[in-house]
Amino acid sequence: MADFSGLLSLVIFLPAIGALVLLALPSADAIRWTALATTAVTFVLSIGLWLGFDAGVSTALQPQLATRLPWFGPAIDISYYVGVDGLNLLLLLLTTLLGPIVVLSSWTYIGKAHKGYYALLLLLETGVLGVFASFDVFLFYIFFELTLIPMVFIIGIWGGEDRIYAAIKFVIYTLVGSLLMLVGVLWLGFAAGDAVNGGVFTTDWYKLVQFGVPLGAQWGLFAVFGLAFMIKVPLFPLHTWLPDAHTQAPTGGSVVLAGVLLKMGTYGLLRFVVPFFPNASAAAAPWIGVLAVVGIVYGALVAFAQTDMKKLVAYSSVSHLGFVVLGLFAFDQVAVQGSLIQMVNHGISTGALFLIIGMLVERRHTRAMADYGGIAKSVPVLTFFMLFSVFASAGLPGLNGFVGEFMILIGSWRSATVGNPILVAVATTGVIFAAVYLLWMVYRTFYGEITDPENATMTDLNGREIGLLLPLVALMILMGFWPTPFLQRSERAVRSLIETSELKAAAVESAGPGEVVVVPVAWPADVATAPAPAPQP
Amino acid sequence: MPDPIVVDYSSFPADLAATAPILLVAGLGVLVVLLDAFRNDDAMIPWVSGVGMAVAAAMQAFWVFEPGTAFEGQVYVGGAAAVANIVILTGAVASLALTVPYLSRLGRNYGEVHALILFSTAGMMTLASAGSLVTLFVGLETMSVCLYVLAGLVREESTANESALKYFLLGAFSTGFFLYGIALLYGATGTMQLALLAEGLALSGQTGLFLAGVGLLLVGFLFKVSAVPFHMWTPDVYQGAPTSLTAFMSTASKVATFAALAVVLSRALPLELVQGEVQVTLAVVAAVTMVAGNVVALVQTNLKRMLAYSSVAHAGYILAGLAAGTAAGYGAALFYLLAYTLMNVGAFGVMGALEWDEEQGADQSLDSLAGIGYRKPFLGVAMGVFMFALTGFPPFAGFIGKYLVFSAAVRADLTWLAVVGVLASVVSGVYYLRVMVVMWMKSPEDAPANARQPFPVGRATAAVVGLCALGLLVLGVLPGGFIELTAGVFGGGEAALVAVP
Repeated sequence: MADFSGLLSLVIFLPAIGALVLLALPSADAIRWTALATTAVTFVLSIGLWLGFDAGVSTALQPQLATRLPWFGPAIDISYYVGVDGLNLLLLLLTTLLGPIVVLSSWTYIGKAHKGYYALLLLLETGVLGVFASFDVFLFYIFFELTLIPMVFIIGIWGGEDRIYAAIKFVIYTLVGSLLMLVGVLWLGFAAGDAVNGGVFTTDWYKLVQFGVPLGAQWGLFAVFGLAFMIKVPLFPLHTWLPDAHTQAPTGGSVVLAGVLLKMGTYGLLRFVVPFFPNASAAAAPWIGVLAVVGIVYGALVAFAQTDMKKLVAYSSVSHLGFVVLGLFAFDQVAVQGSLIQMVNHGISTGALFLIIGMLVERRHTRAMADYGGIAKSVPVLTFFMLFSVFASAGLPGLNGFVGEFMILIGSWRSATVGNPILVAVATTGVIFAAVYLLWMVYRTFYGEITDPENATMTDLNGREIGLLLPLVALMILMGFWPTPFLQRSERAVRSLIETSELKAAAVESAGPGEVVVVPVAWPADVATAPAPAPQP
Repeated sequence: MPDPIVVDYSSFPADLAATAPILLVAGLGVLVVLLDAFRNDDAMIPWVSGVGMAVAAAMQAFWVFEPGTAFEGQVYVGGAAAVANIVILTGAVASLALTVPYLSRLGRNYGEVHALILFSTAGMMTLASAGSLVTLFVGLETMSVCLYVLAGLVREESTANESALKYFLLGAFSTGFFLYGIALLYGATGTMQLALLAEGLALSGQTGLFLAGVGLLLVGFLFKVSAVPFHMWTPDVYQGAPTSLTAFMSTASKVATFAALAVVLSRALPLELVQGEVQVTLAVVAAVTMVAGNVVALVQTNLKRMLAYSSVAHAGYILAGLAAGTAAGYGAALFYLLAYTLMNVGAFGVMGALEWDEEQGADQSLDSLAGIGYRKPFLGVAMGVFMFALTGFPPFAGFIGKYLVFSAAVRADLTWLAVVGVLASVVSGVYYLRVMVVMWMKSPEDAPANARQPFPVGRATAAVVGLCALGLLVLGVLPGGFIELTAGVFGGGEAALVAVP
């Protein structure tokens, strides 16, 4: 299994191939079924990644299930380099899992131009999978930008009434960050090329991560890389594009946006910013931590004030992702692992929330909470799923959200960088706020008296809708009660990342002027502490 | 570093053979004039021109790996000149294919047009192959004079007349600068040969005179590539000229001029100048051009005018590559020129297809394009490719081009220029995206009534547009070979790329 290296590339590009096939199909039905089949097969194939990945095998020199093909000729060391390690495995699977779910959720929601919608959706999946799988910064950048094109059309064509404004805002925000990052990539590629690659420009992640960027340059590069990813996350105060994009996007777009697109930002911080620029990251961590905590509280408070359900969930994303960023900059094993698992959790629970809101909107054509009320009586099954997702999102113990947030808070508490008790204490209030605003939303929409006769006659979920929500609910329970198999897979990769970063930070700190620092990637030698064997899905 | 000049008087037949592609194109021009005289506006004429230029391009391809000189160093053949000529001919053939249906619709598919395109192309090829200041001037003028006429082709229209006259007057003005620069350079060095200029300067020591000459020469070049502040003519000329000929003017003539500029920088000027004063000048001009071109394009409501300003901005990106003053930079510029040719010919091709009748031809406003994507999905998707490629989105060649020029700039310690460039690209994203918004995110009902009639898209136009889009995708996904080729022809093979400081 382990040498079946083409599998990952197949998983990445299968949706794009499906998108091409779609273009030749005549009827809406054929298009939908083909899209569903493509995403379902992609998911099934991606399970092979889970099976083929061995957490015990070192990824210090190369990722597993890797493919590395030269691309730009010998004078420029840019390659098609994809692989799997402990950091991206879960995110890849999350993306492929959401694929069929999003297609199913769009089944009747999308009313026009089916061909374009599903083709773009599939193209988007390829883009996101490529982002997570890339071990070449240039390739990463290409996929990162590639995700913008389908998303802007999905928002702009199939979105709500202010869709054009939201689409343009989304593009411009992201472009500012990513294009500046491109200059950073160029600079870093040349500097690292001179230091570790015999003078040849390189964007190979494994070569860049060894190279200790001199302190002064680290700050500049940290700024451009960090900005690109923090816009994407989005970290307060760069979040203002998110509520617009979320509110205007069609359900499928919102789910992909919340589920995986935002994770590209947090993943970028973890994969590139922290290990490439450890000194600047550590030094800036307290300030990033403050912004993250402000985001947690601000997002929660603003969510509380919303009357539009989608906007409320959008602001809750700002709040939840604040936790993730806080954990990422804690330089602590538990916190970083918590962040990683929280990325997946947020994708599942917020994705579920957007799906359910989409189902409500499809029935009543309004997102305003005031238009609902008392619908628990008419749609009990929908209410059950809503409550479940809300509890997961609010971090109720026993469900997945709790695991991630708890680990982040513990890890941050003892962290050397963001371990300020006040900071962490304030962050903890975010968990409480989350329960309040989410339950308040449920109370206002699902309980109380039925005020509008239309709400009394709403139809409950059909088989398709239950079917697409069930896997998410199952994962909420599984990851809440038994997170070990998920955590175990990222443990050593995270330890390797933190150790390497810390070693490199120390080496850069003590290096003389003009001295080239090269630190090989550390790999923890001892056996993984988590004892439980991985269950076979 | 001057190339060794092989002086061999017996090589006249060989010289003719080496310059055969240029001579072929020029000769075809004469043939077309004759054909037109006896069989007025014959349907065969476009075929003769198109196939002839394609053959010339194929001939050039054989010389790519055999760089040398002809006519005692007056002309470079092979290498950079051959690659540039192939790009020029690509643009010319594609524009020609757009021109036939476009002008036929206007009832103006004259035989002379094709003769002018051929002569102009021969001038461009001469310019891109120039080995001496005289050849440079001859090429530049042959190209320009034909373009002045083409710009004013639709005699009855006042905008066309304005376009032609403006182009001619300002062009003549810039030619004056250029010629004066040549005179000063000759005075300072005692030679017209590009490869001997640096040597001549070292002998005479007339640095002041030399610098003045270089400055004037640069003004001439910058005018022709419409860099800010010498871009004033561009929007009016591009808007007023027939759209398919705008495609020709905005691509092939720029390729030729940029290629010649790259040759002057890489082969004629001393390295310390190219990476000193000239670098500073070009970098500042590049920065101003990128910013001004994009910002002004932002407020245009006429799509053709917007594309004109966008082409000003793209001149800035290419200049950023040249400013680096390295083989990688010149190669990057050459790569960018091919990508730019495909993007711009494609975009103007779509534009031309959308001007489906006389009334519409005058109205190129964004509003009239509302929902076009749903009426003509092929044009809508292709325009999407061109707009995203122009913005610099992967996986299209425009992105690779930007990556290469900015990477050359960063390598030459011009990181600030790269930063200005990417910020300008963000601005450009707004107006390119607006085209997409209008074409796809608005409904066809939003268009004014007269823009809602059905219209046909010719096969030739569709083929050119499709091939340009496909070319951008292929060149964007598999750029490796062409990157090596373009860097290699400026002496920046694998080793030189590495060794550049």
